Amino acid sequence: MSGNARPAWMEKPHKATLAAKGVALCVVVLLVLVPFLVVVATSLSSTKSVIKNGGWVLWPTDPSLEAYRQIFSGGIVGHALLVSIGVTVIGTLASMACTIGLAYALSRPKIFGGKPLLLVVLFTFLFPPGMIPTYLMVKNLGLLNNYVALVAPVLISVFNLVVLRGFFQSIPEDLFEAARLDGAGNFRILLTVVLPLSKAALAVVSLFYAVAYWNSWFQASIYMNDDHWPLQQVLRTYVLSGAQMANSNGGDSAMSAPQTIQMAVLVVATVPILLVYPFLQKYFTKGVLTGAIKS
Amino acid sequence: MRRDVLFLLLMVPGLLYFLVFQYGVLFGNIIAFKDYVPFDGFLGSAWVGVQNFTAMLGDPAFWHAALNTVEIAVLQLVFYFPAPLALALLLHSLTSSTLRRVVQSVVYLPHFMSWVIVVALAQQMLGATGVFNSMLSGAGLHTVDIIGNPTLFKPLTVLEVVWKDCGWGTIIFLASLTQVDEQLYEASAIDGAGPWRRFWHVTLPAIRPIILLLLIMRIGDILSVGFEQILLQRDAVGPQAAEIIDTFVYYKGLIAGNFGLGAAAGLVKGVIGAILVFSANRVSHRLGEQGVYK
Repeated sequence: MSGNARPAWMEKPHKATLAAKGVALCVVVLLVLVPFLVVVATSLSSTKSVIKNGGWVLWPTDPSLEAYRQIFSGGIVGHALLVSIGVTVIGTLASMACTIGLAYALSRPKIFGGKPLLLVVLFTFLFPPGMIPTYLMVKNLGLLNNYVALVAPVLISVFNLVVLRGFFQSIPEDLFEAARLDGAGNFRILLTVVLPLSKAALAVVSLFYAVAYWNSWFQASIYMNDDHWPLQQVLRTYVLSGAQMANSNGGDSAMSAPQTIQMAVLVVATVPILLVYPFLQKYFTKGVLTGAIKS
Repeated sequence: MRRDVLFLLLMVPGLLYFLVFQYGVLFGNIIAFKDYVPFDGFLGSAWVGVQNFTAMLGDPAFWHAALNTVEIAVLQLVFYFPAPLALALLLHSLTSSTLRRVVQSVVYLPHFMSWVIVVALAQQMLGATGVFNSMLSGAGLHTVDIIGNPTLFKPLTVLEVVWKDCGWGTIIFLASLTQVDEQLYEASAIDGAGPWRRFWHVTLPAIRPIILLLLIMRIGDILSVGFEQILLQRDAVGPQAAEIIDTFVYYKGLIAGNFGLGAAAGLVKGVIGAILVFSANRVSHRLGEQGVYK
């Protein structure tokens, strides 16, 4: 990518063109950022001032941490936060272990199965198994209301598997030869050669898994009782259904939760994503993703 | 190969996952041809032939869901598909790489938000007492209830998809735009081609394969119009406007407990989807393009 200079052959852009571009960029950026700003500002304001302003503010009025104090003083949101963190951490570790093992095996030319095994895996991408049989499988395995149900049915993403496999394949064959001459087996090679060389890809894939676990709510809504819900499902029930929609599965007391508290829950559900986002960004620039997507 | 036992063990959970939760579940689709009774299970329930399918085809709600699905799919194809390309062209035309990176960081962000958060934000912005309506009433205009309005539901879902994924969708276009040979631009500029002609005769032909590839992938996946997104908002506008095939499966199968019928509808959607991917790929080979797979 060229730096900041305009190449010599390119004509000087028209003033009007530049202005139009500037306006378009500002509009795009504001459309993305303003909703977040409104939510954060509302959550940090006092309930009274928010009501006076008609339900939202663009900048904290009468700043107060009351909403956060309330949701963290125990109760349903605090518990849901713990569930979400637990599922995200354990789920990501389990998914990574399984994906690495399979991706590595499928990336080596002579390990058993090889090509047919790859086709077996890729076929599931073409033909996803379906919601009803998946639910019945979880039920028949006795996993209803068991946290395992939030991880096991989505343990491996074929997309992530293909990304990792592609990355493992790009490691030069010489390195494998050298390690083999030193007497290392496939497992040793994985630990001492492949994984250390794949840090960027491992980081991206684990962040993808973590984001997916953190954001998941549908599985919880069909597999779990409400005292086992993660944060996103709580958000769905008490903020989405409570605010506008007449929904039968909403709670009663929290239905009337003031706007400030609803927005605070929204912020708590968003912050972890914002925290990992800079790390994700760092690896976009390395082209890990684009290379992988193309393969 | 004794020392590799550990390594083979590492593969087992992954394979087990595919065996149980992909192929085991795929096999579970046989209940589409059965009268599923939970007590009798996948295997023990009685075969009923295509009864679930005829029941589904005779159910007006299914046809309604199918129609809604196609309508939303077409709207998305027309209004969502070109959006990332337009944004990518805008980003690519920026000469300052710092500015470009900053804008990219901002526009990628919504992709990582859950649908629950996106829909909550949409309510906050566009709801009856939301930001948009207070601006309207502040300016002395009539307010419009966008959330909870059945006629506006489909455009609303497209708007939400654009907001969430337009930025993320630019990644692949940007990558292919940077691979266009700089010399082609230079040569055509020297030959007197202005920005528009350069775009038309250099940029567009160069990125045509990637546009086609993404179009094929989208067409193959066209019946998936956003289950989570639409499920979250279905209650606000009612099934008439918002029932799609996936939500039909959910309500008929899971909520009403008619597992056989639900599985049948899911299976029909899966088979049509697979056929679409397959034929789109064939067409792209015919056109002399690469396609998704060989």
